[in-house]
Amino acid sequence: MAQSTDVIIAGGGLNGSTLALALARAGFKVTVVDALPAERRAEDAFDGRSYALALASVRMLTALGLWDGLAEKAQPILQIKASDGRPGEGPAPWFLQFDHAEIEEGPMGQMIEDRHLRRALLNAMAVTPGISHLAGQDIVAQNRESGGITVTFANGDDLRAALLIGADGRSSGTARRAGIGRTGWDYGQTALVCAIEHDLPHQGIAHQFFMPSGPLAILPLPGNRSSIVWAERHETARTINALDDEGYLAALRPRFGDFLGEIRLAGDRFLYPLGLSLAQAFVADRVALVGDAAHGIHPIAGQGLNLGLRDVASLAEVLTHAQRRGEDIGAAEVLARYQQWRRFDTATLALATDGFNRIFSSDNPILRLGRDLGMGVVNALPGLRRRFIREAAGLTGDLPRLMQGRLP
Amino acid sequence: MQTQPTSTVDPSEVAKFEAMAAEWWDPNGKFKPLHMLNPCRLDYITRQIAMEFDRDLGTPAPFTGLRLLDIGCGGGLLSEPMARLGATVVGADAAERNIPVARLHAEQSGLDIDYRHITAEALAEAGETFDVVLNMEVVEHVSDPLAYLTACRQLLKPGGLMICSTINRNAKSWLMAIVGAEQIMRWLPKGTHDWNKFITPEELYALIRSAGLDPVDRKGFVFNPLGWSWSLSDRDLSVNYVTASVRR
Repeated sequence: MAQSTDVIIAGGGLNGSTLALALARAGFKVTVVDALPAERRAEDAFDGRSYALALASVRMLTALGLWDGLAEKAQPILQIKASDGRPGEGPAPWFLQFDHAEIEEGPMGQMIEDRHLRRALLNAMAVTPGISHLAGQDIVAQNRESGGITVTFANGDDLRAALLIGADGRSSGTARRAGIGRTGWDYGQTALVCAIEHDLPHQGIAHQFFMPSGPLAILPLPGNRSSIVWAERHETARTINALDDEGYLAALRPRFGDFLGEIRLAGDRFLYPLGLSLAQAFVADRVALVGDAAHGIHPIAGQGLNLGLRDVASLAEVLTHAQRRGEDIGAAEVLARYQQWRRFDTATLALATDGFNRIFSSDNPILRLGRDLGMGVVNALPGLRRRFIREAAGLTGDLPRLMQGRLP
Repeated sequence: MQTQPTSTVDPSEVAKFEAMAAEWWDPNGKFKPLHMLNPCRLDYITRQIAMEFDRDLGTPAPFTGLRLLDIGCGGGLLSEPMARLGATVVGADAAERNIPVARLHAEQSGLDIDYRHITAEALAEAGETFDVVLNMEVVEHVSDPLAYLTACRQLLKPGGLMICSTINRNAKSWLMAIVGAEQIMRWLPKGTHDWNKFITPEELYALIRSAGLDPVDRKGFVFNPLGWSWSLSDRDLSVNYVTASVRR
C-alpha cells in the first residue's frame, strides 16, 4: 500500500513552492517533488536572474507571510518608460510613460532577485507544517486510480494523493504523462539575460525599448544595478553570448545609450530561446497544471511569473473552497472551475504579448509610424494610461483572494 | 437493513429515481443539474451546521462528533462531502437501487458511510436520532408532507438542525422547473417533478412549525444563466429555496 497525502506538486520552483505554502496554510497535506537537489535551490550567490513582481503578486506574497523578509531586498518600480528605438538612433519622439503616482495602490511592482525569492520560499516550506519536500527526486510514472492518483519515483517508491499538480515547467512531464498536448510556436528570438552595475542611479525607473530585432528591458535592482532582458534573433543572440564580457558589453552599450553612465556585468549571463508554449488543457483526470507547465509566454512584459502566481492563487482558492464544502478536491467538476477561471486570462495575455511583440519587433516604416502614433495616443489619455498601469500591476480581471492580499 | 419502504413514499416517484440511479456520479449525465447546484447547496449546509454547532470550517474534519442523516441520499452527492468533513453519516434512500451505487462510490473514495434502504418514517419508528437531518429536494416528492416532516422532527436530537430545500409553486417555478429544466434543457426526465406538489416558503414554514420545529433561516438558490452557475440569495426565493430549522 502506497503512502498517501492530499496533494502532490511536481516541481519545486517558484510556482510549485508558493502553491505548497498556500495549500498547507489551508490545511492540506502537501508533498513537493523537486528534480533539483536542495543545495541548488539554496545557492546564495547572485547569478543575475531576477523578477518583476506585479503589485498583485507582492500582495500575495505578503498574505503568505513572505514579503516581510523580502521587502528590504527588493527595488520598487516607480515608473515605467516604454519607447521605440533603433540601435544608435536614440528613442523616437513618442514614448509611453507610466508613473505609480497615477494609481492609488503605490508602486506598480517590485524587482526581486531570484536567489532571495527562492531562499525565502525554501525556508518557509521547511518551517510550515503539512509540507514534505522531496528534493533531487524524479517522478517516472503516474497512474489514475479510483478516488486518487499514484505517482512512482525513480527509486521505485509510490505516493498516492487526491490530486497531482504539475508545476514542472514548459516541458512538463506531468502534462505529457496525462496525455495533455501542447501548442505554440518559436518567436525566432532568444533572450539574453544579465545584471549590470552602472555609475548613475536608475531612480526606480523600468525601461522598455522596442528594437526591430526584439525588445530590450532595463529593470531597476537595489543599488546601482539593473537587470537586463534583451531579445535578439537566435543567430545574433548566440553570437553575442559567445563573446567575452567586454565584447558582450560592447554589443549592449549602443542599444540603450549612456543614461546610466559606465556599465559592468554583475552576475552570470543567461540565454533563453523564446517561444509560446500553451498546454491544450490545464486539467486532466486528477491532474492540474500551473505556471509554465500550463503556459510559457513571451517574457516581453515580464508577466511569466506573475501569470504563474495568478494560477497558483486561483487553484489554491478553488481547492480551499472545495475542501471546506467537503468536496473531493480531485473531482473533475472541481478542477473544471480552475480551468474555467484561468484559461481565458492566459489566452488573452499570451496572444496580446505575442501580437505586441510582432508589431514592435519590426522595422516596417508603416508599422513603426503606427505604433509611435499609438503610443502617443495612449500617453495623451490619462484614463487609458491608468488602465495600462493597472494591467501591468496585475490589478485587473477576476482577482483571486490571495492577489487581493487575503487568504483564500 | 431490510426495512420495507412504506407510508408517505409515493411508489411511482421511487421508480423514476431507480431508473436514473446508475447515472448519479456523472457530472455531465442525467444528474447534471444536481452537480451544478451542489457547491451552492454545500455552502449553505456547511455554514448552517458550522453556525449551529459552533464549528470552524477552516480546521480539518470540523464536523467530527456530529451524527448526520441524509434523506434521499441518492448516489451520495451530499453524504460523501459530509463524511469528508468528519460527520458520522447515515445515507437513507427509499429507492433500493441507489444504495449499492452509493456504497460502491464511497468505498472508491475511501469513505465510511452507512447507506440504508429505508424511509425516514421507518428510521424514526426505530428510534434513531441525529444532530443534523438533511432533507434536500425530497419534500416535493412525498404524498403527505406534514407526516413526513413530523418524522424528520422525531429523528432530531433536541437542539438538532434540519436543512430542507424544495421548489416554490408559482408561474415562474413552473416555467423554470417544468418547462425549462424538463422540456427545454432536458436536464431532468419529463415527469421528474409534479408542479402541484411544489410548496411555497410560507406553506413550508407553516408545515415545519406544525411538525414542531422552529425555522431559523431561509435562502434562495438562484441560477445565473450568464455565469451558468448557482448562487445563494437572501431575497430571491422564487424557484429553488432552502430553509434551516431547529428542534428546541
